[in-house]
Amino acid sequence: MYKFQIENLNLFYGSFQALFDVDLNIEDRCITAFIGPSGCGKSTLLKTLNRMNDLVEGCRITGKVLLDGEDIYYNTDVNLLRKKVGMVFQKPNPFPMSVYDNVAYGPRTHGIRSKAQLDEIVEDSLRRAAIWDELKDRLRRNALGLSGGQQQRLCIARALAVNPDVLLMDEPTSALDPISTTKIEDLVQELKQDYTIIIVTHNMQQATRISDNTAFFLLGKVIEYGPTENLFSMPRDKRTEDYITGRFG
Amino acid sequence: MKHETINRISFRQRLSSYRNNPLSFLLLLLVWCAMAATVFILLFIVFYILVNGVPHLTPGLFSPVYTTDNVSALPAIITTLLMVGLSLAIAVPFGIGCAIFLVEYAKKTNRFIRYVRLTTETLAGIPSIIYGLFGMLFFVIALKWNLSLLAGGFTLAIMVLPTIMRSTEEALKATPDAYREGSFGLGAGRLRTVFRIVLPSAMPGISAGIILSVGRIVGETAALIYTAGTVAKVPENIFASGRTLSIHMYLLAGEGIYTDQAYATAVILLGFVLVINFISSFITRKITKGQD
Repeated sequence: MYKFQIENLNLFYGSFQALFDVDLNIEDRCITAFIGPSGCGKSTLLKTLNRMNDLVEGCRITGKVLLDGEDIYYNTDVNLLRKKVGMVFQKPNPFPMSVYDNVAYGPRTHGIRSKAQLDEIVEDSLRRAAIWDELKDRLRRNALGLSGGQQQRLCIARALAVNPDVLLMDEPTSALDPISTTKIEDLVQELKQDYTIIIVTHNMQQATRISDNTAFFLLGKVIEYGPTENLFSMPRDKRTEDYITGRFG
Repeated sequence: MKHETINRISFRQRLSSYRNNPLSFLLLLLVWCAMAATVFILLFIVFYILVNGVPHLTPGLFSPVYTTDNVSALPAIITTLLMVGLSLAIAVPFGIGCAIFLVEYAKKTNRFIRYVRLTTETLAGIPSIIYGLFGMLFFVIALKWNLSLLAGGFTLAIMVLPTIMRSTEEALKATPDAYREGSFGLGAGRLRTVFRIVLPSAMPGISAGIILSVGRIVGETAALIYTAGTVAKVPENIFASGRTLSIHMYLLAGEGIYTDQAYATAVILLGFVLVINFISSFITRKITKGQD
């Protein structure tokens, strides 16, 4: 059983077509990497998976996206979908409030009010995001005062706090220094046991280091998709080979 | 080891650098003069009012009843506070609500929005006497509210509505989309996103708009004289007439025999503005505390 089944997906921004006939099956509890040059549609595809594209005016989608066999574009409560499919953005975007309130925002949104329960969720989420030890004495401090790497891990903790199945990560390390990047990569490896993770990345080394499967995008089309090892060692398509050997992109 | 500063520029060096560049020296002189003139004018006005007004700040000015012998300003002070409260109570919910609709709910390409924006911009530029005339014809005469706090409050509310709307709109627009995305991404709806994330972070801008409005309300005479009237008593209810400090001062100055009291009232008004500014900066600091 695949976590996500994407069938014949086309996406338009106004008259511009950003995705062409995408067919992709995402495996459960694996890390899937989307790679490709800028503007190839990988972030766009990522955002169709939790319907963040609904927020873009003039965006039109055809085809099917199934999550656990159910069509997420048919009769779905978008808020519940986004609870199930969490998202971490390219630029760390903690809310301008305390560390605690940042993590507790999601659970509170979904109706958890009890202080004890919230305390537990906050601690657990921060531990899972491997940042509890750094932040446990600063829970009441404003999150905007943290370093970029800490902010991003806080955002991961915030996403984990609503207990999602899937974590979508849109170039989560592109704004971070190498040490923070390593920390996040280790964390992602760790999280794979409990979550399905889809990560968009510009960094091909990153894709090879952490992902199980990789999809290569070019101009809105999926050119090649398969186990990461195979895709990088024996690409079937000439364009994939050109891209991963750095001949363009 | 001795640390010698190497990046200090002496006055003489600076002067010689201007010798090669007389135009920029001229500009320096001009901006310096502009600064000096502004500060001088402001200080002069404040000083002039204080000198003429403070000696006449007698206890009688704060007695609860206004009589021809004792032109107490207390009823006017109370009326001013009531007027500020009433106008804001009407204008703030409408202004903020409208701005939230425009920024958070309406589609960006909607033509209706363009008209709303054009309307508010036009409204913001209309002289206040026209609001006064409208208030008199509509609230006072057509709705038969007579000269009353209510009629004055509604007139002023309409007058400051564009200010509150525009400042709230700008503050909402200045809130990073990343906050909204983060909130939506966690499964929060639009209502929760607006009230928990966007509004709090836009609060400094919104309160700035409200403070500006308070300033306009406190300083307004033209829009009030034919809507709220000039009765120098503490109004018993919102259907009673009352004069605000500005009107009080206008009338005192106009009557010619209470010039000293008019100056004293000006001192009180000045104090009002100071207090408002102080409170606003305090509130803004409270809200933004720890945000940076």
